[in-house]
Amino acid sequence: MRVALPTTLEDAVEALASEPGAQLLAGGTDFCVEVNFAQRRPPAVVALRRVEALRAFDVAADRVTIGAGTTYTDMERSELARVLPALAAAARTVGSPQIRNAGTLGGNVATASPAGDTLPLLVALDAVVRLAGTAGERTVPLAELVTGVKRTGIAPDEVIVEVSLARHDGSQHFLKVGTRNAMVIAIASAAVVLDLEDHRVRVGLGSVGPVPLRASAAEAHAAAAIDWDTLRAGEDELERFGELAAQAASPITDHRSTADYRRRAVQVIARRGLERCLRDAA
Amino acid sequence: MPPEGRAEDRGGHPPDASEELETAVSPDMSGTAQQASVSSAPYVPAGRYELEVNGTRHTVDDAWLGESLLFVLRERLGLPGSKNACEQGECGSCSVLLDGVVVCACLVLAVDAVGSSVETVEGLTAAGEVADLQAALVESGGVQCGFCTPGFVVAAHDLLRRRPDAGDLEIREALSGNLCRCTGYGRILEAVRTVQRGRAGARG
Amino acid sequence: MPAGSSTTGAGVAERVRPGATGAGLGDSPPRPDGVQKTKGEFAFSSDLWMDSMLWGRTLRSPHVAARIRGIDVTRALAIPGVRAVVTAADVPGRATFGLEAPDQPVFASDVVRYHGEPVAAVAADHPETARAALDAILVDYEGLEPLVDPEKALDAPPIHPDGNLFRHVRIRHGDPDATGDVVVEGNYEIGMQDQAFMGPESGLAVPADDGGVDLYVATQWLHVDRDQIAASLGLSPDLVRLFLAGVGGAFGGREDVSLQIHLCMLALRTGRPVKMVYARDESFFGHVHRHPARMWYRHHATRDGDLVKVEARVILDGGAYLSSSNAVISNAACFAPGPYRVPNAVVDGYAVRTNNPPCGAMRGFGAVQACFGHEAQMDKLAVALGVDPVELRARNALERFDRLITGQVLTGAVPVREVIRAAASLPLPPDPPGQGADVLSLPGGAGGTADPDHVRRGTGFAVSFKNIAYSEGFDDYATARLRLEAGPSGVLATVVVATAEVGQGFVTLAQQITRDELGVKDVVLAPASTADVGSAGSSSASRQTWMSGGALQLACGVLKGEVMVRAAELWECPVASCVYDDGEVMRSDTLERLALDEILAHGALETEQEYHHRPTKALDAQGQGDAHVSFMFAAHRAVVDVDPELGLVRVVQVATGQDVGRALHPVQVTGQIEGGIAQGVGLAVMEEIVVSEGRVRNPSFTDYLLPTTLDMPEVVATLVEQPEPDAPYGAKGVGEPPAISSGPAVLAAIRAATGLPLERAPVRPEDIALSSRA
Repeated sequence: MRVALPTTLEDAVEALASEPGAQLLAGGTDFCVEVNFAQRRPPAVVALRRVEALRAFDVAADRVTIGAGTTYTDMERSELARVLPALAAAARTVGSPQIRNAGTLGGNVATASPAGDTLPLLVALDAVVRLAGTAGERTVPLAELVTGVKRTGIAPDEVIVEVSLARHDGSQHFLKVGTRNAMVIAIASAAVVLDLEDHRVRVGLGSVGPVPLRASAAEAHAAAAIDWDTLRAGEDELERFGELAAQAASPITDHRSTADYRRRAVQVIARRGLERCLRDAA
Repeated sequence: MPPEGRAEDRGGHPPDASEELETAVSPDMSGTAQQASVSSAPYVPAGRYELEVNGTRHTVDDAWLGESLLFVLRERLGLPGSKNACEQGECGSCSVLLDGVVVCACLVLAVDAVGSSVETVEGLTAAGEVADLQAALVESGGVQCGFCTPGFVVAAHDLLRRRPDAGDLEIREALSGNLCRCTGYGRILEAVRTVQRGRAGARG
Repeated sequence: MPAGSSTTGAGVAERVRPGATGAGLGDSPPRPDGVQKTKGEFAFSSDLWMDSMLWGRTLRSPHVAARIRGIDVTRALAIPGVRAVVTAADVPGRATFGLEAPDQPVFASDVVRYHGEPVAAVAADHPETARAALDAILVDYEGLEPLVDPEKALDAPPIHPDGNLFRHVRIRHGDPDATGDVVVEGNYEIGMQDQAFMGPESGLAVPADDGGVDLYVATQWLHVDRDQIAASLGLSPDLVRLFLAGVGGAFGGREDVSLQIHLCMLALRTGRPVKMVYARDESFFGHVHRHPARMWYRHHATRDGDLVKVEARVILDGGAYLSSSNAVISNAACFAPGPYRVPNAVVDGYAVRTNNPPCGAMRGFGAVQACFGHEAQMDKLAVALGVDPVELRARNALERFDRLITGQVLTGAVPVREVIRAAASLPLPPDPPGQGADVLSLPGGAGGTADPDHVRRGTGFAVSFKNIAYSEGFDDYATARLRLEAGPSGVLATVVVATAEVGQGFVTLAQQITRDELGVKDVVLAPASTADVGSAGSSSASRQTWMSGGALQLACGVLKGEVMVRAAELWECPVASCVYDDGEVMRSDTLERLALDEILAHGALETEQEYHHRPTKALDAQGQGDAHVSFMFAAHRAVVDVDPELGLVRVVQVATGQDVGRALHPVQVTGQIEGGIAQGVGLAVMEEIVVSEGRVRNPSFTDYLLPTTLDMPEVVATLVEQPEPDAPYGAKGVGEPPAISSGPAVLAAIRAATGLPLERAPVRPEDIALSSRA
């Protein structure tokens, strides 16, 4: 195994391209587990920890751009937490403090686990991912980039540079169901965003499909059901919203939980997420 | 002295799994061994690099670069204080400070710690930074088998440094990445509170 | 009679200031290895290292049940750096091992019987080379249909020459046809819990010049390991020397041999030291687990609430090999009704063999599973009778001189009513938090799922009992060697015991005993090994305080006598005029005193003593017999908050009253209580080895969930101290009771919060959220 320790993005891309089969290492919270247990043995590794540029973030009036090297702790504690409280909430639920100090946003995207904790919010906010490769840079909507269980359209020579998200007027919430209060893989998760300018509700679901899902029918129902002047919705409408969100899910039964429970969990947390968004706004 | 075992070059062999095996166990004999450095040259020549651990520079020689920082600390640098309860970041027994930030050493590729400072429980002890915490853990009964203890010392030290006035829930959250199977945490949390009171008192 | 009680938890600091006052029994001096452990300087078995050491690794079966048609190790041996590969064919002595009977192969030879069964082991220069060697071993398996349903085991073809029934314990007490006016019935299921000790299986084997081997290993019983290793190596026991390396927790998971024989074989084969450390995933396959249980119960009572009869049928799935299943099922049967007066009982306990993972000892040892059953039944009975569940238990509580369903009369301290009252009267926690509460104080924690307005609180109660030490005629003993000498800095007492310190704090107790008995301040413990002293028995069954403590007490007594003989010689007076008084000898007629160092200046004194408890008897064909030495009783009250729509549970508080006889070290007792309750909480709400078709689905801490600091409830405890007449210092064991009725109390609390019957532990969110009443 060979290891490269670049300090610039250009060097990282060059190192990646120059070794066939080389893989990227950011926080190591997924990668190193696989190496430790011999599930992953790439011939070469390009470590990104020293590429400071990847840890920058930018908060503009309508958009937030977050460097791929931003750690979960950064998301919890920096100005990002004020601007994207649901992202901070999601980051807070990842692993442990030790994991949060090392794991990165880029890693969460690149690993593309169905249970990736930042992914529901990212898809809800129509996140766009910027990648850099030998052929130059490109941007891809996250929803297109993540193609399956732990599968993405990231080319072998590409590095995730940053993820950008639209900012909306209106609150956002993230809820994650797990059987333990810390260090737990999500059984189901939901990000709900209230968009007060466009009178829309955005819903991202995690752990209930091979990729993070948008609950479009639920979103449409909420947009129609909410009284946008008083920011209220009827109990039945909120129930229906939860049901539609659950219908958008295509969960499996595995050693962690059952498909039926995951559907129920989505129904409950989507509804609660929307209730909270409306309560915040009122 | 830590063990130095290293497999020799395998030569010819069938493909499949052994492909990765060869990469894993055979050193790069193609060039002169150079020091690993943080530079624009992409790849570190295999096997040799320097780490700064507890303020001391160590040269790691003839190592497979897939070794975790935890493995290198324990088996090559004679620092077995950090423990190997799970090697997948789920227990905190391998907690160390990397550039002052608490992380799991099992999730750091050792060579990726080049150019950074690593502090282990041994270093914090030698520097006298955790004496009150260590004494409190023993007095309160927070040490039973002791396997989780070094990890708790490092994580609690990090917490108390950053947030000396942390309340109960914040302390629990800060230590939620450290598993203990013996104590049920009660005496450990008691020790942290004792240290908080002591340090607050000392601050006056 | 009652010697008083004390409150620990918050109260400990007031009653006893650890380290500051005395260092004898009843005080809480610091443990002698504590400082080292906080510095990372304490050597655990996985920290050992030796020059020219090789690394060992084990090849395990990927199949649940399969015939082995052949094993080809040539490719593995051809890998540079691989120094040895061993299989069943290489076992020099007895091919099998086992605690109760040697029914388990050292390496599978003709057939594998469980997922992960060892098939071969290798030694190599580097752990990665060892891993490569495993990949290069070719095993030709022919899959077999596995037996995975314990209820079918007795009718299925045998999967082992010894058959599929480990043991049937049959208890018939009183009138089997008695009935009561009120009858409640239930079926209960307990999942497979794991001990999940933090320090992985590990050790270092060093070949010796005499053809034997020295093994440094973490274990619960050095001598029983030694005997099994010697048998399989074909060596006499004195050639196999075991040294206790630092143990990172045990909880029953280190009673059985795991890597010991493999490691010694590799060391002897290579002629070099060999170290082995199991990775965490391997650890889940490498040791026995707690028996999953299926239980049927039927309780009969009078309308006034007196128990008339308890019927129970318990099936424990022992998995592929015997381990200690015979003793576990005996416990489950004997303690099936719980600590209550039961005039009539019909209990059948079965431990069966399947191709599921082997099960054996885990803290509580059969009494845990039974407790879930009998306490659920007592709550059902309370509902049927319309009485308070705590009062029902107090009404039926055992008392001294009552007879158990085994016919044994209780002659020791039986403070069942006291522990019930103690737990019930501890202060309840504050009300559940409302809107605006910190998410961490709500069910679901940082996941932020709970709606504080819809969280329901429930309180539940459970009582348990279990035996101390071994049973049914087993001649259990412990050995202690004690040396007293005058050194340069004063009198030194050296305690040599083979007692496995696994974290419980026997090392502290040994110092306390010796200080109190002899009045000597400097007490050191020699490293525990089979080479220096006889067996101490197992660190399990809550027995070491009684047994090794008893042996040390004997040894102290003998040396005190020898000291007085010496003094009498020096004074030329009768021994009867000498009185041992706190580290000195006084002559009662002249009141002269001789200090110990003066007496020892003439030479050191040393003795080795064996302590046996009074004999117990086997159970007869009706399950009757004085099978147990003594008993421990405990009560737990749990308060939980539940989010019923999601089925998420937060355990808010566990209160306990525990019968400890005498708290010899209150802080260490508190540690056992809090640690045991953590394991009970774990079994109640999150811990389960998920096995499907015999395959372990979650061999990692990612998916085998242990309680974290954010899951652990507040613990408040009252220690009930009624000295146990037979026990050294009146002290009972304290390690297991906290892990027995704590889980059932949590289940009861969840039932109260949700109104659901919940007959399975651990409770899963879907059990609550998807029930028709959610």
